[in-house]
Amino acid sequence: MYAVRNWLIGGVLIGALASAPSICLGKNLPDSIALDSLAQLYEKVKFNHAKHISMVKDCAECHHHTTGTLVEDANCVRCHKNSNETKIVACKGCHSAQPFSAEALREKENNRRLYHQDKPGLKGAYHQNCIGCHAKSGGPTGCKECHPLKKVGEAFYNTGEYAPRQTPGTEKGHGH
Amino acid sequence: MKRRDFLKACMICGAATTLGVTPKKSWGAGSFEGYPDGMGVLVDLTRCVGCRSCEAACNKEQKLPTPDRPFDDPSVFHEKRRPTERAYTVVNKYEPKDGGSPVYRKIQCNHCNEPACLTSCFVNAYTKTKEGAVVYNSKVCVGCRNCMIACPFNVPGYSYSSAFNPVVKKCIFCYETRLKNGKPPACVEICPQEVLTFGHRRELIKIGHERIRETPDKYVDHIYGEKEVGGTGWLYLSSVPFDQVGFDATLGNDPIISNVKEFLGTVPMVLSIWPALFTGFHLLSTRNKNHSDHGHDHSEQEDHKP
Repeated sequence: MYAVRNWLIGGVLIGALASAPSICLGKNLPDSIALDSLAQLYEKVKFNHAKHISMVKDCAECHHHTTGTLVEDANCVRCHKNSNETKIVACKGCHSAQPFSAEALREKENNRRLYHQDKPGLKGAYHQNCIGCHAKSGGPTGCKECHPLKKVGEAFYNTGEYAPRQTPGTEKGHGH
Repeated sequence: MKRRDFLKACMICGAATTLGVTPKKSWGAGSFEGYPDGMGVLVDLTRCVGCRSCEAACNKEQKLPTPDRPFDDPSVFHEKRRPTERAYTVVNKYEPKDGGSPVYRKIQCNHCNEPACLTSCFVNAYTKTKEGAVVYNSKVCVGCRNCMIACPFNVPGYSYSSAFNPVVKKCIFCYETRLKNGKPPACVEICPQEVLTFGHRRELIKIGHERIRETPDKYVDHIYGEKEVGGTGWLYLSSVPFDQVGFDATLGNDPIISNVKEFLGTVPMVLSIWPALFTGFHLLSTRNKNHSDHGHDHSEQEDHKP
């Protein structure tokens, strides 16, 4: 009797597991992430992680080789064919917030043999990944749709309260 | 001076002139590849989304006057702009001929290896620093605007607004506030898409070619600025032919100074040899004149006869 019930529970569990995106299971995933690396000029970006997981399904779409499906890109496979998931999956774990600082350039200089000489910084990685996908899938691509300006930001861009007086006042908006 | 001595001198002068060509050639062939540790920026036009953040950052960093329109106003894209005294960098929008998505291009000083502005400046206001920046000293600038004519990229702006001390104004690679201290320029730091990659020029050329090699379908197989006018500190990658996005594809690979280098090489030679040569000619002709003085006088007398 117990054996049958265990089997049933096991079956239900397996069914549940199969229906959920299997790659994201068994991990403690944040539902929302506050991205604040540009908080000087902009409000924090409240990134809805859960929503993106349900839409994109495959974690590797964003987290390329660090989690989810292993690499398929022919160029990456040459070296990363057998690479496993990594401990660090956050973007900032690999993509430096200061990719062009004197220290960063010196480090590059000292690691001439490193293949990944052209790794984007944190800001570049975020934007290229996000905007690239949003442009294809119809997500928001305008600057302010993700980054409402703070007062300091408005002053920086001479916009809003700080807009020049003689502004023609036509087309507003950031970027597109 | 005997006639024989003069002819000898002429021979020597002739030989010297011929030999003089050899050092002149080395002038023409000598090209400056840029300082070995010169910095640069690789601009990847395929990444730019036209947010104009670089313009805002430049405005604040260089303490430029308030713009006419906000930096988040895309209406500026209706016209093609060029850098001015009020904006050292501007972004223009281009619609590619094949009807693809628009291409945005940032314009600023390209910081040439052999800057034409520097060559053309007769008060030596310009300097090419070892870090790769082309900077200028406003205090010695007399406002002649030769550099504006010389620049193959139409970059230097002019402070027409100043009635008493108009000077040339342009991007200086944030030399004073940043580059000198090993920091990237303000536009590079603000760029959200990392359109701008800052680094040693020689490394950026490698990175540019590597991007083309890895994604050949994405790029035109050319780095604009690698060789143009002797090489520029700012380098460009594009998905559409460069002449469609506002680049002058007819500039050639010779630095602008090469147009005048050979000519200038002959100046010292002319200055040193010509006086001797023509003094010689003069002596020869006057000597001949002395010999034929009698005959000449005779013929003159004959002329007077009715």
